[in-house]
Amino acid sequence: MRLFSKIWRIGIATEPLLAGDPAAIDIGRALERRVTRLFGRALAIRLVDAGSCNGCELEIAGLASPIYDMERFGLHFVASPRHADLLLATGPVTRNMEIPLRRTYDAMPSPKCVVAIGDCAKTCGVFAGSYAVVGPVDSVIPVDASVAGCPPEPSDILRGILQALDRRPSRSHVHAVRG
Amino acid sequence: MNAMGVALSVMVAGYAAGACLAALAPSPRAARLITALGALVGGSGGLAAAIIVFATRSPYDVAFPNLVAAAGGVVLRLDLLGALFLALVAAISLPAAVYGITYTAAYEGRRSLRVFGLMFNGFLLGMCLVPCAGNVFTFLLAWEFMAVTSYFLVMTESDHPETRHAGLWYAAMTHFGFVLLVPMFLLMAPGADQTSFADLRAGAALLPAAVRSGVFVLALVAFGSKAGIVPLHVWLPRAHPAAPAHVSALMSGVMIKLGVYGLLRVAVDFLGTGPAWWGGLVLLAGSLSALGGVLYALAENDLKRLLAYSSVENIGIIFLGIGAGLVLESYGLHALALVGFGAALLHSVNHACFKALLFLATGNVDHQAHTRNMEQMGGLIKRMPQTATLFLIGSAAAAALPPLNGFASEWMVFQALLSGAQIPRPEVAIGTPLAVGVLALTSGLAAACFVKAFGISFLAMPRSEGAAHATESHWSTRAVMGVLAAGCVLLGLAAPRALGGLSRVLVSLSPGKSIAPAQTRAGVWLLSPHGIAQVSPLLIAALLTSVIVVVAAVMRVRGLELRHADTWGCGRIRQTPRMEYTSSAFAEPLRRIFSELYRPAEDLSVSVHAESPYFVRSITYTSQVVPWIETAFYDPVIRGTRALATHVRRLQAGSVHVYLLYITGALVVALAAAWWFE
Amino acid sequence: MSRFLALVVQTLVAVALAPALTGFIRWLKARLQGRRGAPPWQPYFEIRKLFGKEAVVSHTASWIFTATPFVVFSTAVVVASLVPLVVVPSGPFVAGDLFAAVYLLLLGTFFLALAGLDTGSPFGGMGASREMTVVALTEPTVALSIVALALNAGSTSFSQIVAHTLAEPSAALGSEHLLAFAALFIVTLAETGRLPVDNPSTHLELTMIHEAMVLEYSGPYLALVEWGAALKLLIFLALAANLFVPWGIALSFSPVALLIGLVSLIVKLAVLSAAVAVLETRVAKLRLFRVPELLSASFVLALLAVMSTFLAR
Repeated sequence: MRLFSKIWRIGIATEPLLAGDPAAIDIGRALERRVTRLFGRALAIRLVDAGSCNGCELEIAGLASPIYDMERFGLHFVASPRHADLLLATGPVTRNMEIPLRRTYDAMPSPKCVVAIGDCAKTCGVFAGSYAVVGPVDSVIPVDASVAGCPPEPSDILRGILQALDRRPSRSHVHAVRG
Repeated sequence: MNAMGVALSVMVAGYAAGACLAALAPSPRAARLITALGALVGGSGGLAAAIIVFATRSPYDVAFPNLVAAAGGVVLRLDLLGALFLALVAAISLPAAVYGITYTAAYEGRRSLRVFGLMFNGFLLGMCLVPCAGNVFTFLLAWEFMAVTSYFLVMTESDHPETRHAGLWYAAMTHFGFVLLVPMFLLMAPGADQTSFADLRAGAALLPAAVRSGVFVLALVAFGSKAGIVPLHVWLPRAHPAAPAHVSALMSGVMIKLGVYGLLRVAVDFLGTGPAWWGGLVLLAGSLSALGGVLYALAENDLKRLLAYSSVENIGIIFLGIGAGLVLESYGLHALALVGFGAALLHSVNHACFKALLFLATGNVDHQAHTRNMEQMGGLIKRMPQTATLFLIGSAAAAALPPLNGFASEWMVFQALLSGAQIPRPEVAIGTPLAVGVLALTSGLAAACFVKAFGISFLAMPRSEGAAHATESHWSTRAVMGVLAAGCVLLGLAAPRALGGLSRVLVSLSPGKSIAPAQTRAGVWLLSPHGIAQVSPLLIAALLTSVIVVVAAVMRVRGLELRHADTWGCGRIRQTPRMEYTSSAFAEPLRRIFSELYRPAEDLSVSVHAESPYFVRSITYTSQVVPWIETAFYDPVIRGTRALATHVRRLQAGSVHVYLLYITGALVVALAAAWWFE
Repeated sequence: MSRFLALVVQTLVAVALAPALTGFIRWLKARLQGRRGAPPWQPYFEIRKLFGKEAVVSHTASWIFTATPFVVFSTAVVVASLVPLVVVPSGPFVAGDLFAAVYLLLLGTFFLALAGLDTGSPFGGMGASREMTVVALTEPTVALSIVALALNAGSTSFSQIVAHTLAEPSAALGSEHLLAFAALFIVTLAETGRLPVDNPSTHLELTMIHEAMVLEYSGPYLALVEWGAALKLLIFLALAANLFVPWGIALSFSPVALLIGLVSLIVKLAVLSAAVAVLETRVAKLRLFRVPELLSASFVLALLAVMSTFLAR
């Protein structure tokens, strides 16, 4: 019962994405229009950690929290890439994670898109040149958008997803698999 | 001779000729063909005889009083109940015989196909004569003949030690039943020379209540051990896997039903009404068999043993129907009792059909993949597509899924059990929901069991070389399995018509008492008695098909993009058969939940490197489920019998003089007894 | 004719409403978690999106994998045509009763478990094994909880049970009704894969039961499977509502009665799904081997319900 009285007291904790940074306002409205046009209003996201330090994962986890609440935009995480539309890749792609990352991308049914989160995914970040690293995510799979930052803020991540959906060709076009 | 005489003569002659000619066959190939031919002719004759009895609705009697006149002569009487079981035996023997032509080719050079053909036809003859028997001697003769020939058939592959073991158990249990049959019959006979079934019926009516109950218990134990109820089932999971596939199909499909026939004949036909505890005992046996059978089937990795335990489960369901009928009968609710018996008979027929199909398909798999162990199979649906589909139909029927035949008969058993609510004594009627719960649990577990049986054996990737190189078997085997599968589907869709046909049998079981309640309507619906519940497998099938067709058409119109890829395995590098779920793993949650029943003997051995105990070389885990009824019940019995036999052996002094003394003593005692009782 | 038409329309309404029910539970859970959440009609967008994606089928899978979504969906639709929703299916052409409904749902689960094994993935096998275990253990409770009502009504046909409860309103508060309702509610949670038996939104494969079997499905196949699962939830909640609290159900085919029936169905479904959402917020998922304890507790409740029907005589 204490749980329900707490729920009643706290109420809805979701912060409107529009408040604060003007760039953030841009994200909120734009995301809704994009998601509406392309994937109807539903998008399934599969996250792959290709060797990251988990800093980006913590920020991405914040997306599902009541504060950022990505579900109100129709986004949700799924466990299997077969259910997914969007692949979120983090981390410099380590040698051990190169094949699994590629297999995850191949397992997704088309149409699909990829967003690389964080400096490591974009440019290998501080791990660039390491013996254990293959290269940034776009050297393994085609990437539609990148979100820079170490780690990027959840609102920036949402904006990155928006850019990816902007560049998508029409629904019937099948993505060529590279690599 | 009239048509019946002709049919019966064809039946006996066909089997006898098949047996003798096969024993004298010039080559193994000829032996195989003659065996099947004899069985086909005999089976057709038997089927024709049964159909004539059904069509004319009048029983047929023929007596040969001069044959073994001292024992009462050979009397054949085929009434409607017997005709049903004769039709069942004959109908299942036809596909089994054709199947055996190519299946027994594997025995050429290793086993004598002449002896096999002799025993096979003998077995079928014995099974056909049991429902035709009209007096005690004929019945016992046919019963023992069936037992002896089936023993030899079970021992076909006697080079395996477990087959010899199985044969021993089988012979012991079947003769245990026989030993109880003789006093059971003789207790009912009103006079020494009045041993025809009509005399037994008359005599049973005059017996005091205690003797009637004794007769009933003897019948339940004797026929129950043949049918395979728990705790007398122990021979079933040993003998059925040991025998060749089509023999297993016959044993599981029809031979155990003859135990059901015997019980119905004695308890319902001869004894008539009895106290409620008779039905309660049968319900208890049925519940234990149903639950025990399916739970042990779940723990099995050997496909044939799994099917054998599933037969125990289905016999349990049949006994639930019979028990419900007996209890309702004892409270005067005759019409409702007939619902119970009808459900039991319908399930006997249905089970024979799908179990024979399953065993024949398993025989195919056994011969192609060279293994009966499900942990070695897999991927067979791609290599043996028709066998897989036919096995799937059999599995769906065994799991009682609509619209197949298993569902229709289980529905009727449910309705029969629910009629128990009408019993005027609430303390007895309260057993109704328990029985319903048992049956519901059983069918849920059976569904799990057959997902395992079909899924692990046929789906995904092959787990061994044998399974990887399996091919489809001979077309004749698939054709006869197709016939059986069609039977399953037709018996399901036309279940109301099948039940309508059975109602004639039921009415004959209770002459003059009451008519069976309307159990079907328009040949499309099955009805519950006195209630408005109804089900129509045909309508359900039609609805399912129409929805599937509509959805598939919509998808076709929209266009479906399809791509083939590897199974998603979390991105790991390779997918091998080692990644698949195994048969033991599938049943593991249920094994844990019911661990008190299974009491698996577990052994964990860890071998470490000599240098340090922290470096493990290998870990071996063994878990074995031994049915505890065998350790708790049969082991002491066997030990006691052995001890007794050791004591008795002292009588065998080895000296001829002592034996002559024994003979003289026995003679004196016999003469004195004869003079005393004169 | 009007009866047949009403049944067809009712089934279509159920098929159309099912995703909204799942969406409503998700939306309410989101609100209870302090989030705005997706609107209750979100599952419709997801289904529409899935129909636009391609289907990926594994090399290891056979025709069973591609046939299963059709079987799951069609069995759910056929059961929806048998259960009382807006009107009670009655008359001489009814295709089945309680046991037919239970076994049809079992048919769908049978094929779904086979599809899980078909792909050769260990997750699919695990899901199949766990799902069949849970289904086997819920069978007796489903049967008994409705038999408790059937014994009083004298028949296992839904129309008889509803008519009996309507005729004797005082019985609705009787002990057998309440016990049977509790048992049926627990079984609903188990069969439809809701907390505390199974978390429908988990991402941890080792904690999945129903979801593990559908990990390989994609595109339109996934849409059919999810829709079938949503329809199964609607069926169970509608059964719980209309067998135990049947007031409002249309007894004739007049437009007013049908409208009242539709509104009362929606209200009852909303109340029950709100209860499910609140329960899911409150409890945590049970460890797999604690689930049989929960299911045997529900079986005992159903047994007590049946016993009390006998004691009440």
